[in-house]
Amino acid sequence: MILHQLIDYETLRVVWWLLLGVLLIGFAVMDGFDLGTAALLPFVAKTDVERRVVINAVGPVWEGNQVWLILGGGAIFAAWPPLYAVSFSGFYLAMFAILFALILRPVGFKYRSKRDSAAWRAGWDWALFVGGLVPALVMGVAVGNVLRGVPFRLDTDLRIFYEGTTLFELLNPFGLLCGLLSVAMLVMHGGAWLVLKSEGPVAERSRTYGSIAALVTAVLFALGGLWLWLGVDGYRITSEIATTGASNPLAKTVEQAPGVWFENYGRHSWMMLAPLLGFAGALGSLAFFKARREVPALLASSVSILGIISTVGLSMFPFILPSSIDPQSSLTVWDASSSHLTLFIMLVVTVIFVPLVVAYTAWVYRILWGKVDAKAISDGSGHAY
Amino acid sequence: MELDIVALSRLQFAMTALYHFLFVPLTLGLSVLLAIMETVYVMTGRPIWRQMTKFWGTLFGINFVLGVATGIVMEFQFGMNWSYYSHYVGDIFGAPLAIEGLMAFFLEATFVGLFFFGWDKLSKVGHLMTTWAVALGSNFSALWILIANGWMQNPVGSAFNPETMRMEVTDFFAVLFNPVAQAKFVHTVSAGYVTAAIFVLGVSAWYLLKGRYTELAKRSMTVAASFGLAASLSVVVLGDESGYLSTEHQKMKLAAIEGMWETEPAPAAFTLIGFPDQEARETHYAVKIPWVMGLIGTRSLTEQIPGIDELVARAEGRIRQGISAFDALQQIRAAGGADKVAPEVRQAFENNGHDLGYALLLKRHVDDPRAASEAEIRQAAWDMVPHVPTLFWSFRIMVGLGFFFIGLTALFFYLSARRRLDHYPGLLRLAVLAIPLPWIAAEIGWVVAEFGRQPWIIEGVLPTAAAVSSLGASTVLLTIIGFALIYTVLIVIEMALMVRAIRKGPEEDEEPEAELVPQSLVAAE
Repeated sequence: MILHQLIDYETLRVVWWLLLGVLLIGFAVMDGFDLGTAALLPFVAKTDVERRVVINAVGPVWEGNQVWLILGGGAIFAAWPPLYAVSFSGFYLAMFAILFALILRPVGFKYRSKRDSAAWRAGWDWALFVGGLVPALVMGVAVGNVLRGVPFRLDTDLRIFYEGTTLFELLNPFGLLCGLLSVAMLVMHGGAWLVLKSEGPVAERSRTYGSIAALVTAVLFALGGLWLWLGVDGYRITSEIATTGASNPLAKTVEQAPGVWFENYGRHSWMMLAPLLGFAGALGSLAFFKARREVPALLASSVSILGIISTVGLSMFPFILPSSIDPQSSLTVWDASSSHLTLFIMLVVTVIFVPLVVAYTAWVYRILWGKVDAKAISDGSGHAY
Repeated sequence: MELDIVALSRLQFAMTALYHFLFVPLTLGLSVLLAIMETVYVMTGRPIWRQMTKFWGTLFGINFVLGVATGIVMEFQFGMNWSYYSHYVGDIFGAPLAIEGLMAFFLEATFVGLFFFGWDKLSKVGHLMTTWAVALGSNFSALWILIANGWMQNPVGSAFNPETMRMEVTDFFAVLFNPVAQAKFVHTVSAGYVTAAIFVLGVSAWYLLKGRYTELAKRSMTVAASFGLAASLSVVVLGDESGYLSTEHQKMKLAAIEGMWETEPAPAAFTLIGFPDQEARETHYAVKIPWVMGLIGTRSLTEQIPGIDELVARAEGRIRQGISAFDALQQIRAAGGADKVAPEVRQAFENNGHDLGYALLLKRHVDDPRAASEAEIRQAAWDMVPHVPTLFWSFRIMVGLGFFFIGLTALFFYLSARRRLDHYPGLLRLAVLAIPLPWIAAEIGWVVAEFGRQPWIIEGVLPTAAAVSSLGASTVLLTIIGFALIYTVLIVIEMALMVRAIRKGPEEDEEPEAELVPQSLVAAE
């Protein structure tokens, strides 16, 4: 096969770095409101009918949204195998916590309304709350630790070893801050979705919590940036960079220094757009909550998510997973990708299928457009959860 | 077996995979049955077919969520517990997983919500399309995951790259059209159809025994029996044995399944029953049917099927070639590239590189494969023999059940054609009792395929023992306990909800079956 030579290796690596961002943002925007909604469940809904309104607001769509996560896992595996191998095993117990929560979530949605017992339903409400909160928190904590560098090293066979990656060591102050930011961001987003999908007290409470979360998002994002500037060393490649070289991380040398995570913005000032969107989206969503503009509030919170996640990616470029104990082992865009051929094939597949997926997802959302009907739920008509 | 990290990681994978596969076959088959029932509804306009679709759809939903919940675990575990594997073959293995998400899961998961929530929001045809999308999506996902699995059994279209220390794809179409993957796909999907058919048959039989919902039950049985008969014929006739001759270790698996220690002159006899003895390396009291094995295995009268002893001898040769490949690789890496070593070293790597994985088998016995003694090489060759009695018996139970399913579905197909479905309570009871059997057959089938693959995680390329993450044993033990707890709780809840939904029966359909106007005259919308 010669076709893949049409696009050079360097370009493909950058394209797949961008697609990695698209997938993470796609997941956070699409499944993010499901997670945020589940985390808000005990706070915005008091009665059983209210809780079912909340659950039915995401009931028909969460399954499709979760595929963004599954696709994210698969695409990282296919396009960035070392990243998949190091991060999933390095964050082993954190991953287990996420899996545990994500096992509870589907079952909670589906099984809660199958029995009338109050204890049964209260139990599943807890499961759903955990299923929303824990992934949001742990994923944020993980991102915080990626920014700090993860304690792994590669031996000459590229086998991975870790030093001290227990769950508790992940919960350092900066990691926790990022975790809270992630929770606030997704709660803001979930609040915006609920305001759009519900009426009455549920919508009012969602507006209140959504507004608070939007404000907290902006504050924590600023705080996180400040902390990153003052307290977290960045990484930079000190050897010559071979952008089309073989994917072997050990071929380069790396140093750790303060402020490095901000160097990209000096070089490419357009990158400032990302943090600006992060703030503008959060504050915009706050303003739209107040102005009772439902769709714009959801769009603004999506923009905020886009800005915040892009900021992390752009700050670290070309790093995707720095190593704190052996910086040379750090994974970068130039040495942690799949082969030229695989990146090309996966790009072709993506170009064919992503537009299709977006098209039928949009069609399904259009069919399901509109507020959840609390009356239909309480009189038991329809196939609601 | 001592509790080392390899054993624990294998245990966790086996446990979570077998558990996941409790839900997958029913999803595969029932999604298609739902689509068929709803197609009949749209074509005839008779509300009972919609009631059937909704009722079996409820049971489908209870099963489906656990398939979803446990499926994510599968995808994440490769990276979590098998990180060296992920690094070593992600370039090839990751692609089908990603394509599965993109092409299959999105389709299935986006439309499954609409299946449940869309009855009042969509036109008849619109909802039917939704149901077919779910069925298509779940079957596509089986295709891609079995392309991935098939590659592990028969790693075509790829080569080792010394610079990146991993396997990289050389021919993507070879990976796609891998004969082992094709055979596995047909076999696995058919097994799913059988599972769903027996499930529908059994539950309906229970209704007939109780005299409840008899109209719905009889129609369901007719669909299930005909669908199940076709599927069980396919699952037995197109068993994935057809892929068992394509590689060296698939041959080993076949020989172990047969308890065939020595190569027999073609066409080989089929051992119907016997007692394989791993220590003595022979099968006691074997009852053999002449010619059958050769015919099934090779579809010819002249091709030989190698026995275990011969395969072990061949493996020894490949281990030696693997050692010279390993030696050449070390020289290439020390020099910093294949272009920087003497041509004969490069040549040695090119000639023997395909057996590099065989040298890695020695790592269990010795740190540097080049220092392996004759005894260690012989030992590593014998490590290639899977546990013969396990495979021998698992296979026979699976095949026996397969023939039973053909008989059962054929019987009910006949009864349905004669309109005598409710005439024989004994047969109905048999159908109820048969409900768990397809699950047993399917789980055992995976034991044959995956346990029989040991010691390889990817045949000839990477031994299982070399593929694990360097995690602490206690960490993995902790997650094993965690998974065991939550999975146990969930299966109990799932079974209870399933039984409850079955006892409750179908909901009264909103539209009564009043045929004042012949339905055939009413437009489909």
